[in-house]
Amino acid sequence: MLRDQAVGPQPTREIHPGARGQPLRRLLELIGTQLHLVLGAIVFALPFVWMVSTSLKADRQIFAFPPIWVPDPFIWGNFPAVFIYAPMHLYFFNTLLIALAHVFGAVFTCSLAAYGFARLRAPGRDLIFMVMVSQMMIPYIVMLVPLYLLFAELEWIDTFYPLTIPAMLGTPFYIFMLRQFFLTIPMELEEAAIIDGASRLRIWWTIILPLAKPALATVAIFSFMFAWNDFTGPLIFLNSREKFTLSLGLQAFMFERRTMWGPLMAASTMMIMPILIVFFLAQKHFIQGIALTGIKA
Amino acid sequence: MTTAQPKPRLTNAAREALTCYLFLLPWGIGFLAFVIGPVVASFVLGFMDYEIVTPARWVGLANYIELFTDDARFGMSMGNTLYYVLVFVPFHVIIATLLALLLNQKARGIAVYRTLFYVPSIVPIVAGAILWVWILQPEWGLINSTLRIVGIEGPLWLASLTWSKPALILMALWGSGAAMIIVLAGLQGVPQHLYEAAEIDGANRWQRFQHVTIPMLSPTLFFILVLSVIASFQVFTTAYVMTGGGPAESTLFYMLYLYRRAFVLLDMGYAASMAWILFVAVLALTLIQFKLASRWVYYEVEQS
Repeated sequence: MLRDQAVGPQPTREIHPGARGQPLRRLLELIGTQLHLVLGAIVFALPFVWMVSTSLKADRQIFAFPPIWVPDPFIWGNFPAVFIYAPMHLYFFNTLLIALAHVFGAVFTCSLAAYGFARLRAPGRDLIFMVMVSQMMIPYIVMLVPLYLLFAELEWIDTFYPLTIPAMLGTPFYIFMLRQFFLTIPMELEEAAIIDGASRLRIWWTIILPLAKPALATVAIFSFMFAWNDFTGPLIFLNSREKFTLSLGLQAFMFERRTMWGPLMAASTMMIMPILIVFFLAQKHFIQGIALTGIKA
Repeated sequence: MTTAQPKPRLTNAAREALTCYLFLLPWGIGFLAFVIGPVVASFVLGFMDYEIVTPARWVGLANYIELFTDDARFGMSMGNTLYYVLVFVPFHVIIATLLALLLNQKARGIAVYRTLFYVPSIVPIVAGAILWVWILQPEWGLINSTLRIVGIEGPLWLASLTWSKPALILMALWGSGAAMIIVLAGLQGVPQHLYEAAEIDGANRWQRFQHVTIPMLSPTLFFILVLSVIASFQVFTTAYVMTGGGPAESTLFYMLYLYRRAFVLLDMGYAASMAWILFVAVLALTLIQFKLASRWVYYEVEQS
């Protein structure tokens, strides 16, 4: 497992005398590194600065050459203006509702299955696990057309069910990640409880879940982000405006008012903000999760 | 949980197995209803003509024959997608690697830089797409305004036949941060003693990179390569939001065309056969990559 601190500068190497002496060369290298880093940071950060700057500018400053970076004066009006054209608060709650269903599925259903895969022996279990892993490789699109027909049959089109029910029944990716984590929890912790006659469900709830908090946080964040960002699902399964999610609402807003860059950038900022807040509160889990899904598993 | 009261008592193993199945049950229900069922249905649908309003009709291979012989958009959308994959993937892997190498050095404020490089990859795709439409806007957008300062008149980007695909690729590359983190983790998994041994053997910096870093990093790079090929074949949202497939269908990617066939024209059978072609193509490409991997991917024999 990878700790947050591990992703960063490496521990100081032993310096072999003579091999890398010259302090001047060392200094130049350091400056070179900093220069590249600053350059990279500018390229990656400027779009955000541009977005926020545009959202705080009046039209006459938005359409100006050369581009103006610092709004003068600061205009807050673009933010309330968004709500005139798009019921952002409604989109926000719809998205939140769907995202919470995803988090529920990731934390409870997936950890339940992951516990089964990690700890309980049953004939065919490993075969089922293999099937689940290969499920991850099927592109969503292969299922999309029949899913649409199925949901139409169930009269689920233009409801939240297609976006919540399947997610609440678990996602193989999160099951996989949680299983990997559960395998690292020492068996002894459960054995005493088993001898005391505790049921497996109770062990899962009172022993495993509390111990797995870091991994649960990671899958909770991943599933929240997925639902928050998803566009294809809402596009296909939702029709009426009052059920739109942020992604869909924002897309419709742009489609209708292509040149209102102030309000559009204000809306984008509002959609990105919660994600950034989640990120900064839980940076550790992000880095950990990504590394965990990567190679070391 | 496992209360089979009237029947004879279960053995411990049977009890445990039953418990296991019960734990897997919620996922199993979802798997059958929303994965296996639809996959099978989609395969069958591919041999049918089904436009929702009229009853489904068995047409055998007609959809596939039409796709390959009588549908110019099919070839074109595949071509657009291949262009996207072939340009995006190498840049993506190279940028992620370069950024990771940069971050794997001792310098002030590494954590801040790491965050800055990573954050664009978690931006909601629609919000990012709208932001980039504005950045790429030919008259007042950030890129062309900046170019104009140095006296260059930038292209029309999303409105240009030649530049629409590169513009979408540029935007996607902005999100290389997630891959960067994976490469960074890979870099830090390279044992220090290998570098020290190479240094003692008189290897210079480039030689150490070539003969230590690259082979040790190759499994990570392979992983990213496979994933980004799969993902970029399915490029959809940016094109849908930013260009709608235009101009003159220059950004009509495969998924976008499939979406139109299925959910605009309601040509469900035809769309299902398109989905299967994509599935098989991506699967074949992935298998080829695995075959080729033995030539350049280095796996350590002993794993910790």
